[in-house]
Amino acid sequence: MAGETQEAGTGYIQHHLTNLTYGQTEHGWGFAHSAQEAAEMGFMSVNVDSLGWSIALAVVFSFLFRLGAKRATSGVPTGMQNFIEMMVEFVDGTVKDSFHGRNPWIAPMALTIFVWVFFMNLMDLVPVDVLPVIAALINGESWEVISSGRSHTYMKVVPSTDPNITLGMALAIFGMIIYYSIKVKGIGGFVGELTLQPFSAKNPIVQAIFIPINLALELVGLLAKPFSLGLRLFGNMYAGEMIFILIAMMYGGGLLLGAFGGVLQLGWAIFHILIITLQAFIFMVLTIVYLSMAHEDH
Amino acid sequence: MNINLTLFGQLISFLFFIWFCKKFVWTAIIHSMEERQKKIADGLDAADRAFRDLELAQEKATERLKDAKQEAAAIIEQANKRANQIVDEAKEQAKTEGDRLKVAAQAEIEQEMNRAKEELRESVATLALAGAEKILKANIDESTNRALVDDLAAQL
Repeated sequence: MAGETQEAGTGYIQHHLTNLTYGQTEHGWGFAHSAQEAAEMGFMSVNVDSLGWSIALAVVFSFLFRLGAKRATSGVPTGMQNFIEMMVEFVDGTVKDSFHGRNPWIAPMALTIFVWVFFMNLMDLVPVDVLPVIAALINGESWEVISSGRSHTYMKVVPSTDPNITLGMALAIFGMIIYYSIKVKGIGGFVGELTLQPFSAKNPIVQAIFIPINLALELVGLLAKPFSLGLRLFGNMYAGEMIFILIAMMYGGGLLLGAFGGVLQLGWAIFHILIITLQAFIFMVLTIVYLSMAHEDH
Repeated sequence: MNINLTLFGQLISFLFFIWFCKKFVWTAIIHSMEERQKKIADGLDAADRAFRDLELAQEKATERLKDAKQEAAAIIEQANKRANQIVDEAKEQAKTEGDRLKVAAQAEIEQEMNRAKEELRESVATLALAGAEKILKANIDESTNRALVDDLAAQL
């Protein structure tokens, strides 16, 4: 009995942590029907849910801010414009504080990151079962199948709990770091930065020994930037989502446990408002700092 | 939690939305905000200027008022002086005129007196002549002479 409950619980969690993956199955192109099948698809597959929600949220962001930009006047701002200008001013201030080069792309990128990541994280506050159940119902699965936990419709609604999403952004930022490093310092300057620090010597033979050591150290530092950036956001959101799922499991454990779960969910959700904002902010600030470092010429 | 093409899907959409934000959102908002900033700065400047202008105008008005008062006082003083002068002149004139009239009257009176004296002298001479004549005619008769002289004396 205990084992059965445990298995059901594991299944519930597993179900919530499996992406809706589109790729090549044994029967041709289609959606994976289990986590295992999704894993077998390998690299040539797409997590339709994370990418779809991510793009949808970006469209919401773009639409909202485009609307604000269209209505933007130099007169007295009202309502929506106030909010958007507040965001723009906040991001602009942060960029001006941390970024010392001259690049017109940094500030709009920071705004995109902040609002988009915030929106992606915000999906965490939607109760964990709502959207997956709706998706399963749309997919034509019966209520009995869904409530027994045997549904094969996967729907992971928080894009930032998918490492593909966070690492995809981090990879783009990594590309920008490389691009601007080379653009500002030149290839020689960039290579020099990677090989001539932190150890240097006047003796050319000693210097030659130092070069591989420096390269190893600096490469680790360089690669750690995008990985830590992407994995930090992923880790925080994944852990938060996991706790929401665990709390949601308590609702199946009777009235008392369910009520307790409700209180826990409320508390965690309120705390999570802080976390999602903070994570979006950290992602933005670190991006600005990394790019500022890429623009610094020694 | 498999790494797959989603990674590049997100990468590309990320770059696209950055481009969209820069092109259609950021520039317009920042532009309008800067414009407003400039407007506000201009407005404050104008207010400052207007305030200074007002102060200047007030100062000028006060000065004008002071000048006008001074001028009015000067005019009044001058007028007073002129009035006094006129009165003095009139007095002087009246006095000279009076003196002249008095002198003329005195002269006339003297003239009149002289004429009267002359007339009186002439009358006395005529009377004396007439008396002498009558005395001469009645010299013969004592009593007649007596009577004549008495008569003459009565006539005087």
